[in-house]
Amino acid sequence: MKPAVFDYARPGTLVEAARLLADTGAGAKAMAGSQSLGPMMNLRLARPGRVVDLTAIPALRAVTRRADALVIGACVTHADIEDGRVEDVTAGLLPHVAGRIAYRAVRNRGTLGGSLAHADPAADWLTALSLVGAVAELRSPRGGREVAVSELMVASFTTVLEPDEIIAAIRVPVAGAGARWGWTKLSSKVGEFAHGLAGVFADPGRGTFRAAIGALDTAPIVIDDAAPLFGGPFGERLDQRLDEAALDRRLDERDVVDDYVRAMARVALARAAAQASARQASAGEGERA
Amino acid sequence: MGVGSEVSKVRDVPQGRGIGARLARKEDERFLHGRGRYIADLRFANLREVAFVRSPVAHARLTRVHVPEHLRASVFLASDLSDVSPIRAVSPLPGFFPTEQPPLVVDRIRQVGELVAMCVADTRAEAEDIAAQVRLDYEELPAVVDMLEAQQPGAAQVHDGMANNVYVRVAFEGDMADIAANAPVRVRRQVRTSRQVMSPIECRGFVAEWDTRTSQLVLHGATQFPHVVRNGLARVLGIPELQIRVISPDVGGGFGYKAILGAEEVCLSWLAMRCGHPVRWLEDRREQLVANANCREHAYDMTAYADAEGRLLGFEAECAVDTGAYSAYPFTSAIEASQVSAILPGPYHIPAYRCSTAAIATNKCPNLPYRGVARPGCCFAMEVMIDAVARTVGRTPEAVRYANLVRPEQMPYDNASDKHFDSGDYPALLRMALEAIDVEAVRARQAAGEPDGRRIGIGMAIFSEQTAHGMTADGTRRTLYEQAFARITPDGRLEVRVGIQTIGQGLETTLAQVACSYLGIDPDRVQVKLGDTELSPYSSGAWGSRGMVWVGGAVAAACDDLASRVMAIGAALLQTTPDQVTLAEGRVASAAGSVSLEDIARAYYLAPADLPPDIDHHGLEVTSGHAPACLTGIHTGSAHACVVAVDPQTGQVEILDYVVSEDAGVVVNPMVVDGQIIGGTAQGIGTALFEEMPFSPEGQPLATTLADYLLPGSAEVPNVRVLHMETPSPYTSFGQKGVGEGGAIGPGGAIANAVNDALAPLGVEMLKLPMTPRRIVEALAAARRGDAR
Repeated sequence: MKPAVFDYARPGTLVEAARLLADTGAGAKAMAGSQSLGPMMNLRLARPGRVVDLTAIPALRAVTRRADALVIGACVTHADIEDGRVEDVTAGLLPHVAGRIAYRAVRNRGTLGGSLAHADPAADWLTALSLVGAVAELRSPRGGREVAVSELMVASFTTVLEPDEIIAAIRVPVAGAGARWGWTKLSSKVGEFAHGLAGVFADPGRGTFRAAIGALDTAPIVIDDAAPLFGGPFGERLDQRLDEAALDRRLDERDVVDDYVRAMARVALARAAAQASARQASAGEGERA
Repeated sequence: MGVGSEVSKVRDVPQGRGIGARLARKEDERFLHGRGRYIADLRFANLREVAFVRSPVAHARLTRVHVPEHLRASVFLASDLSDVSPIRAVSPLPGFFPTEQPPLVVDRIRQVGELVAMCVADTRAEAEDIAAQVRLDYEELPAVVDMLEAQQPGAAQVHDGMANNVYVRVAFEGDMADIAANAPVRVRRQVRTSRQVMSPIECRGFVAEWDTRTSQLVLHGATQFPHVVRNGLARVLGIPELQIRVISPDVGGGFGYKAILGAEEVCLSWLAMRCGHPVRWLEDRREQLVANANCREHAYDMTAYADAEGRLLGFEAECAVDTGAYSAYPFTSAIEASQVSAILPGPYHIPAYRCSTAAIATNKCPNLPYRGVARPGCCFAMEVMIDAVARTVGRTPEAVRYANLVRPEQMPYDNASDKHFDSGDYPALLRMALEAIDVEAVRARQAAGEPDGRRIGIGMAIFSEQTAHGMTADGTRRTLYEQAFARITPDGRLEVRVGIQTIGQGLETTLAQVACSYLGIDPDRVQVKLGDTELSPYSSGAWGSRGMVWVGGAVAAACDDLASRVMAIGAALLQTTPDQVTLAEGRVASAAGSVSLEDIARAYYLAPADLPPDIDHHGLEVTSGHAPACLTGIHTGSAHACVVAVDPQTGQVEILDYVVSEDAGVVVNPMVVDGQIIGGTAQGIGTALFEEMPFSPEGQPLATTLADYLLPGSAEVPNVRVLHMETPSPYTSFGQKGVGEGGAIGPGGAIANAVNDALAPLGVEMLKLPMTPRRIVEALAAARRGDAR
């Protein structure tokens, strides 16, 4: 379990990183925390000719607060968010999610951008950042563009990223006062990938009520307006208002055929909804998820 | 009955530091500071690394191996190793079909991961680069993957000439006809356990070198039995044992996985004898998972006959063990199947017993003996049956167990499979565990219901563990004696050398405690040396919960002999006769005075003029041996009881409480025994809830990393409460019994029974391990649909 031979580059700027990645003859691959790419290379399932390590680029570690959004550099780690080194603008949701990703050793190195670009359907950030309406800021030698995180993944391990395109930052909207959320991750044991993953996020200040379901063996289902799914606006006893037929239609649209996966999606969403209903806007932890 | 060596009474113990003391482990000083020396820590000059080309398919005819011309000198094939004999592990059982495993595939591939070529380079990565350039031509054959289908007519054959893919069938043929016709209650269940992977933190690994000074092949390796590796290597390499030295450094977990002779170390040894430099192979986690460390897969079709109160009248079973492609050395492809038939009756009085178990060849890794070997599967199968009987007759599971357990007044007791239970009180063990878990309170909570919708279940399992046996399945003696060497050093300390290896079970401490009790020397002044064929008496090694019974007995015998010598010299120094002195707390004393072990050693080695010339010429070193007086096993009793909460929506099982009661006879170090039980229980929780190596219909192992093969972690293992009962065995030197494997045996049955207790009102009975969330959810969905089980 040793990787095949590869070249290694650790550029200090985004421009240089994009240039190294654009040299298509090299078979280049971007690496951030190396928590997925590293094992895949060791198993020789991934054999990039060149690894472009993004972790020495200061811009990718930067966190900038704007009036309506927090811009988080793509190389910020899960642990940075879990431990509160990055300001929270989501009423506690992102630190909650971060603390439940894999194991602490993985969280110490794994990054937001790396997780999104890897696009494992069972991973947490694609679903969680889609839920809060985050936007990915991409850079390539041709310039920049923005893609909603909910539009980033097209299928398992497949994104809209071009080979020379880097996720530079993730822009997370600042939730208003009174925002509520619920998040449920079902897995066989602590730290393992989810087999049921769902969240509900209601922000009355901004007038949003969203839901997202992950761990579907494909891209997460992201519901910008969850009111039809719950037969009306956000409120109490949300879980009991879940329209299972509507959810089934959503799962059918994604060709989710495994009854167990469908059942776990339903349970996870109902539990997330129940939590969101019960949660005071300020509460941030403590439930069994 | 075998012959036990005579040993005298246990001597006085300095400050309570001998047998029975809760002494901190001596070896933990280095382990806890990260200073252990494992195989991968050893440094060698000019070391080169080996990577293997392994078969990508389960069953094929290998027609050609393409090695690029420029790599020919770095790649070795079966044709190069033509002077090496295949690994043969042959059971003496009648009807056994012997098979051979060539170290490198000659022409027939029988499992994914089988070794085809050995590649050598300066680094492992470069060796893997070479391996990647070797191409194989092969014609795929239909793979034999399911053990029940393998026995059907027309199934493909793993080994030519083997009828129905059966290595051997082991049967107890009781007459069941009358009971089957007349028993008021008849309960039949088919249960299965999954293929597991024994998962020590340290995988296997070896460094082989040729020592030109001693003309010896020196094999450094993570093994539980260096002497047995030497036996096997000498045979396959065709060289005298004198030319082989096997050294085991610290071993990072064994569990049976390091009680084999693997093809890798055979290839490595062959190479080291020719290449002029040391060579190393360190198994990686993928090799361990997909190519090597498979175990446990059983199928049972059982019928229990009982009266209306659930008293067993008879029991019959048709069982199978998925034994894989080859017969592993030295325990053979028969061991697991023969143990199933022998151990299934458990701790119960069963008037009539019929059981037939087949060891089935499949195109999967050879089944290896994992902690408890067949016992965890048997305990799960039998304990699920007892609960099924209890539900059928409408009694509690404990009531039915009390009605069937062998009672203390029946001891010693020969059971339905001719096993001899020497002592113990099984009903008391069960009562002890159930009182600790507070059955009444749990049942009250269960009746009240949980606010979160989960369902509470209580489960129990009880077993009689055959430990430290000295016979093979056909009743021939496997081990004559186990020896220990003990020497007083010139400065009055004690050196103990034994041929067993310590693999985490604490022998450096516990054998020192035995020496302490027999020689009156503080354990801090004792060093136990293990793991080197050159420096120790022969030993068949660490397996079968035998260390403290056999090797502990040998250390007791050697120290007992040494005590007489010490007392004779001490008496001479005190100018009296040996019958006038006592030995206690490191001193020989007479009415007139006393001398220390240091005084005695100094006189013997360095100041002989102080001693009379006729002093015993055997000196202050002894090799002595021991065998317990019963060779069919020293039977230990244990009960597990647990409380679970099952989430019927998600299928998740949380263990809320777990209690183990254990009668390991006289306990040498309760802390070490607790550790053994808790560690084994963690592994049993893996068996019950998490661990499974699935295969594709083509025989591809599907859990290729630890992200797919789930092991219980600290969050999944509850705080296990261990309760001790001490019934001394009449057949061992100081009443000890084996205990190393016990913890792993009970959890499958106890947790399955708890889950079934929780889900019975929903019409669900789980009969396959592990009980994953998906299996539980699917079983609940099937019950809602009204599917037949």
